[in-house]
Amino acid sequence: MALVELRNVSKIYHLGGEEIRALDDVSLDIQPGEFISIIGPSGSGKSTLMHILGCLDSPTRGTIKLDGTMIHDASARELARIRNQKIGFVFQFFNLLPKLNVLQNVELPMIYSGLAGRERRERAVQALRMVEMDNRAKHRPMQLSGGQQQRTAIARALVNNPKIVFADEPTGNLDSHTGEVILELFRKLSQEGRTIALVTHDPEIAAVTPRRIEIRDGKISKQVDAKLAGLDRVNAERGTRSAEHNTGAKLPAAN
Amino acid sequence: MNLWNAILIGFKEIWAHKFRSLLTMLGIILGVSSLVAMSALVKGMEVGAQEALIAIGGLQKVRIESQDVPIQQWQLKDQAVGVTINDVYALGASAPLVTKISPEMRLFGATASKKGKSFRPWNCTGVWPVALEMYEHVIHYGRMFNEIDDEMARNVCVIGTGVRDELFGSPEDIGEEINPVGETISINGQPFTVIGMFEHYESEQERKERELAKLQPKQAATGPKRSRGWSGREGSGVFRMKNNTLLMPLNTVWMKFRAAGAGASKSSSTVANTLNVPDPRLSVLEVKIADVDHINIALQQIRNVLMATHKGIEDFSFRTQEERAESIGTFIHNARMSGGIIAGISLLVGGIGIMNIMLASISERVREIGIRKAVGAATEDVFVQILVESIVIAVLGGLVGLIASYGLVRLIVSFSPTDNAPIITITAMAIAFFFSACVGIVAGLFPAFKAARLDPIQALRYE
Repeated sequence: MALVELRNVSKIYHLGGEEIRALDDVSLDIQPGEFISIIGPSGSGKSTLMHILGCLDSPTRGTIKLDGTMIHDASARELARIRNQKIGFVFQFFNLLPKLNVLQNVELPMIYSGLAGRERRERAVQALRMVEMDNRAKHRPMQLSGGQQQRTAIARALVNNPKIVFADEPTGNLDSHTGEVILELFRKLSQEGRTIALVTHDPEIAAVTPRRIEIRDGKISKQVDAKLAGLDRVNAERGTRSAEHNTGAKLPAAN
Repeated sequence: MNLWNAILIGFKEIWAHKFRSLLTMLGIILGVSSLVAMSALVKGMEVGAQEALIAIGGLQKVRIESQDVPIQQWQLKDQAVGVTINDVYALGASAPLVTKISPEMRLFGATASKKGKSFRPWNCTGVWPVALEMYEHVIHYGRMFNEIDDEMARNVCVIGTGVRDELFGSPEDIGEEINPVGETISINGQPFTVIGMFEHYESEQERKERELAKLQPKQAATGPKRSRGWSGREGSGVFRMKNNTLLMPLNTVWMKFRAAGAGASKSSSTVANTLNVPDPRLSVLEVKIADVDHINIALQQIRNVLMATHKGIEDFSFRTQEERAESIGTFIHNARMSGGIIAGISLLVGGIGIMNIMLASISERVREIGIRKAVGAATEDVFVQILVESIVIAVLGGLVGLIASYGLVRLIVSFSPTDNAPIITITAMAIAFFFSACVGIVAGLFPAFKAARLDPIQALRYE
C-alpha cells in the first residue's frame, strides 16, 4: 500500500471571475521509503501540490489517502494533528522562530503533540544529534549560518518521527556548497528509510532523487526514473535504491 | 499544547517587548488603581457617615416634631395643643417600647457672651438630664445638671468644647486647656453658671491628625492673628455641631426665656406673649426606642399615645434616623456608581489598548503563526495562545494596579485631605482584579480569533 495516494486531485482558484486550475486532475502515489522530487517552474502548481500533500491545504476535488487514512473532509483540527504527527516540513527560508533557541525550535512540534518537557528535551537533543547540531542547542537562529539553520529546521521536521518529510526548495537560500551538504543530509536520511519529497525548480537538485515528477500547468507532465535519466550509476555508487517505473508499480532492483 | 505552555509563551512575549507591554499595561494599571482608590474613598465616606450617625445617637432615636394640622382636620386647628411636656409623661407611662424620652426647648439664635466675647452656639437648648445619654454626650469637666437643677430652674448650663473655645479660648490658641466649670457666662443677658463641659468630639481621622500635629514642633505664630472661620479645630459636620452645644435645664429655659417679658422676644413662640403664661410647647421631643428591629411597632405605640393626648389631632410627625441612614445609603450608592463608571471607563480604555497592541502584535507575527500551524498547532492552540497573552498582560496590569492603588490613595489624600480616611477593602481589590481579568479576555477575543483564522499557507508566505 502506498504511503500517499492522490486520486484525481484538482485545486481551483477563482481570481476576479477567472478560474485558475492550480492543480488539474493529478493522481500520484508515493511509496514508503521513497525519495522523490517534484520539479517544475514557478507557477506550475508544485507548491500547491506540496501544500495539499502536506495537509496545509485541501483540494477542491479528488481524494488523498495518507498512511491509510482518508483525508477527505477532515476538520482543521484533524489536519493540524496530521501535520503534527505524520508530516515534517523544511522550508526555503528555514522558518525558525527567531525568539527561540535551536533546542526550543526543535521542541516546538512536540509542544503541540502534548509531550512532557523532559521527553521533549531528550528527543530534541536526539534529533539535533542526527543533523550534527547538538553543539549549538543554545544558539539563536540569528547566530547561525544558513546551513546550520536549515539543519535545525530538518531536525524540527524529523523530531516527531513523521511518515513523510516535505522539503520546499531546501537549498534555495544557500550557497551551492552548503546546498550540497544539505542534499547529502537528505540522501543520508533517505538511506535510513525515511520518505522524503523535495520540491524544487532546479533540475540539478532534482537529479539527486531516484524518482522525479515534473509538474507543468497543474498537471504531471512526466515522471522520470533515475535509470532512464542515466543517473542510476551515480545512485548505485551511493547505495540508493534503484529507480521505479512510473506510478505505483515497483520494479525489482536493476542491479 | 497545554495551558501552562501558553502562559509561559505569554510571559516570554511580554518580556520580549518590555516597554510596549508596560505601556499597554498602564491602561489597566490606571483603571484598576482608580477603581480601588475610588472604592476606598467611598468606603471612607461611608464609615465616616456611620461614625457620625452613631455620634448623634444611633438608629434607635426617633424625633417627634410638631407639624401643621392635616387638611382634613383644619376645623380642629385651634384645639391642637402641639407637643408638650404632657406627651412626655404619657409616653413614659404608656409606651413600654420607648426607653428614653428627652423633651427639648430650643432657643433659636440665642447669644452666649463672656467678657465682651459673644457667640451664637449652634444648639442652645433646654433639656432634661437624660439628654446626656440621648445624644451620647460625655462629661469631661464638672457634671451634668440633675433633676433638682431642673425642678428649681437654676441658671446652670453645660457647654461643649466649641462654646468653650469661643468664649474662653481654645487650647491650641492659648496653649493650655481651660476648665470653664464655675465660670459665669451670660445667655441672652441672663447670668448662667457653667457646671460642666463635654469632651471634645471628633472623628477618628481628626483625632489622628491632632495627635500627629502634637508630635510636631509648633511653629511660632508670626504676624497678626486672623480668624480661622469655620475651619481649624472645630472639625466638621456633626462633630462640629455637637461641640457647639450649650445645654440648660428644661424648666430654666421654659421659665426664664419662654415666659412673657423674660427674653420672650428671643423665643420661638408665635403665640402672643401678652399673657404671662410661658409657652409650654416643646420644640422637639426625642425618644429612644428599645429595638431598631421593632421600630414600626414602637412608632405605632408612640402614635397611639400621642393621638390620645392630642385629642386625635395629628399635629406631630416622626423623623427616624433610618431616613438619614437611608439617605446616607443612597449617597454612598450614587458615589460608588459614578466612581465605578468612571473607573470602569478607564479600565475599558485599557482594554482597548490591549486589543490594539494584540492586533499589532499578531500582524507582526503572522509568519510565526504560520510556522506554528505548519508544525501542528491547531486553530485552538493559536487562539488560546493569543488570548492567554492578552489575559497575562491584563492580569499583570491588574496586580500592579492593586499595588499602585495604595500609592494613588495616598496621593489623593495628600492633595485633598478629607475627614474620612479612605479604606481599601479586599472586596474592592478582588472586584477590580476580576474586572481586569475580564477586560483581558474580552480584549483578547478578537485578536485571538483573527490570529487563529489565519491560513497557514498565506501566513508562511507573509513577509
